[in-house]
Amino acid sequence: MSKIIVHDMTLRDGMHPQRHQTTVEQMIAISTALDEAGVPLIEVTHGDGLGGSSVNYGFAAATDEQYLSAVVPRMKNAKISALLLPGIGTVDHLKMAHEIGVSTIRVATHCTEADCSEQHITAARQLEMDTVGFLMLAHMATPAQLLEEAKKMVSYGANCIYVTDSAGYMLPQDVTDRIACLRDSLDSNIELGFHGHHNLGMGVANTVAAIQAGAIRVDLASAGLGAGAGNTPLELFIAVANRMGMSTGVDLFKVQDVAEELVIPMMLNPIRADRDAATLGYAGVYSSFLLFAKRAEAQYGVSAREILMELGRRGTVGGQEDMIEDLALTMSKARQIHA
Amino acid sequence: MKKIKCALIGPGNIGTDLLYKLQRSEWLEPVWMVGIDPTSEGLARAAQMGLKVTSYGVDGLLPHVLADNIQIAFDATSAYVHAENSRKLNELGVQMIDLTPAAIGPFCVPPVNLASLLEQGELLNVNMVTCGGQATIPMVAAVSRVQPVSYGEIIATVSTKSVGPGTRKNIDEFTRTTAGAIEKVGGAKAGKAIIIINPAEPPLMMRDTVHCLVEGDPDQAAITASVHAMILDVQKYVPGYKLVNGPVFDENRVSIYLEVEGLGDYLPKYAGNLDIMTAAATRTAEMFAERLIAEQITEKV
Repeated sequence: MSKIIVHDMTLRDGMHPQRHQTTVEQMIAISTALDEAGVPLIEVTHGDGLGGSSVNYGFAAATDEQYLSAVVPRMKNAKISALLLPGIGTVDHLKMAHEIGVSTIRVATHCTEADCSEQHITAARQLEMDTVGFLMLAHMATPAQLLEEAKKMVSYGANCIYVTDSAGYMLPQDVTDRIACLRDSLDSNIELGFHGHHNLGMGVANTVAAIQAGAIRVDLASAGLGAGAGNTPLELFIAVANRMGMSTGVDLFKVQDVAEELVIPMMLNPIRADRDAATLGYAGVYSSFLLFAKRAEAQYGVSAREILMELGRRGTVGGQEDMIEDLALTMSKARQIHA
Repeated sequence: MKKIKCALIGPGNIGTDLLYKLQRSEWLEPVWMVGIDPTSEGLARAAQMGLKVTSYGVDGLLPHVLADNIQIAFDATSAYVHAENSRKLNELGVQMIDLTPAAIGPFCVPPVNLASLLEQGELLNVNMVTCGGQATIPMVAAVSRVQPVSYGEIIATVSTKSVGPGTRKNIDEFTRTTAGAIEKVGGAKAGKAIIIINPAEPPLMMRDTVHCLVEGDPDQAAITASVHAMILDVQKYVPGYKLVNGPVFDENRVSIYLEVEGLGDYLPKYAGNLDIMTAAATRTAEMFAERLIAEQITEKV
């Protein structure tokens, strides 16, 4: 089996539970420690990617430019990636990241809307960046649909395609079916990746399933720091990979120490599958909705779990955070009428 | 009364929906539909509806402009070809209403700045911003006319079926153009725009969120009254424009939650994003036409 490429999410997806308040100093400390532990690829941006800083998603403690400029020059071996969601970030942001020295751009769309990524994938390819197409909420498309969308991204110039379980909804068979379908049909020089959330506790199992079906890149986060119940915990996955004889190049004890000494002490809240985070996985809802739903519960007295279930029924997609306060107001009004 | 004759460029979703609206207009008469693909359904539909059609682009229209007395043209193609279309038609004295994100001419959001644009005299080109801009900038302006807005942000969520390939290919133009107009027309000191495309079935109605950060404590009563008054102004040409929730006040944040139901002319009612563009363009052209007709009457006297 080829070497697995570990991609750390602590400083990007991990921005969600930290309300995007991770400081430049924390980013430097964690990224250099991960570099030292042999993690080859580390993502750094606002949780919603380049340009995500906003009222809707939360303003970050620093700009993407400040975070990236601080981290990139300090890496000895690791490369830095940046996420970009078309409709939120633009090619201008992408060029800024490239100038700072970001090596990998991950262009993320909802799993059925890949044709919104053409402008950005084309631009990244022209800059000769490692260009990844990132198909979010991939449980909402069948393997065949996902393949069609992946083909579009490849046609624009992506050299790697991700199956992204943004809701932490998938079970191992769902992952196997999707990755295997892409692996069977896409050219063998196109790499595949898997991004998991631990909302139903399936992060490690799903990541293993993805690798066995042909994925080579896997998204992991130190102590699981990521949206919802977090991403697949890095140090747990490395332990499992070592047991299974998969080669990652990552030092298990060192990443365990990063989790215990740097990441867990800075967490604003414990990362665990509480009833709300588990509901994300159960209802198939975008993981970064969690804190917004909890806030709406506190403000409008409608339970976060009910809000999340309704968001699932309505088929909301990534980025629709604005729907949460709106829906909580509507649900609370309806309740007053019926009372 | 003699109506002002118009040409439509681009027989896609927007162009066709616009055609339905122009056919109802008391002031405007659609005469030409311009496309580039002779097999396009949109051109065939326009021909069936009695329009003259060409599949040779704007060059196919130019020889007929004077003979057919075309005075207003709508461009519903793309930002990339708009500049040339506009130059060629302006040379013949045709006023352009630009529905692409090219934004060569000044932005026009009818209830906010159409009257002041008309006061500036003859305009050869006006730009209709974007669907998200038409839906949200009236609300930014409703807040900024009460109290300074340091930052205006809008989130437009539209159904997959209502977003054509042109928008998808150039999604950055949507965010850039809308953000610019939030500042220039909406009156916010800084603007940001986000677009989300949602594939749910049945398709969701266009929904828009407007967040304004105001300077100082928001004057809640005055902002609420201003928002409600502006909703009525937009409803004059988009009856399905609806305030769902808000304005919500949270420290210096003012948030407004909207839904836009279309008239269901060519596209179904959920495509409020297309409807609000074509309705705004029609209203703008009608105001131009009214003035052209008034000038013609004056000339005769």
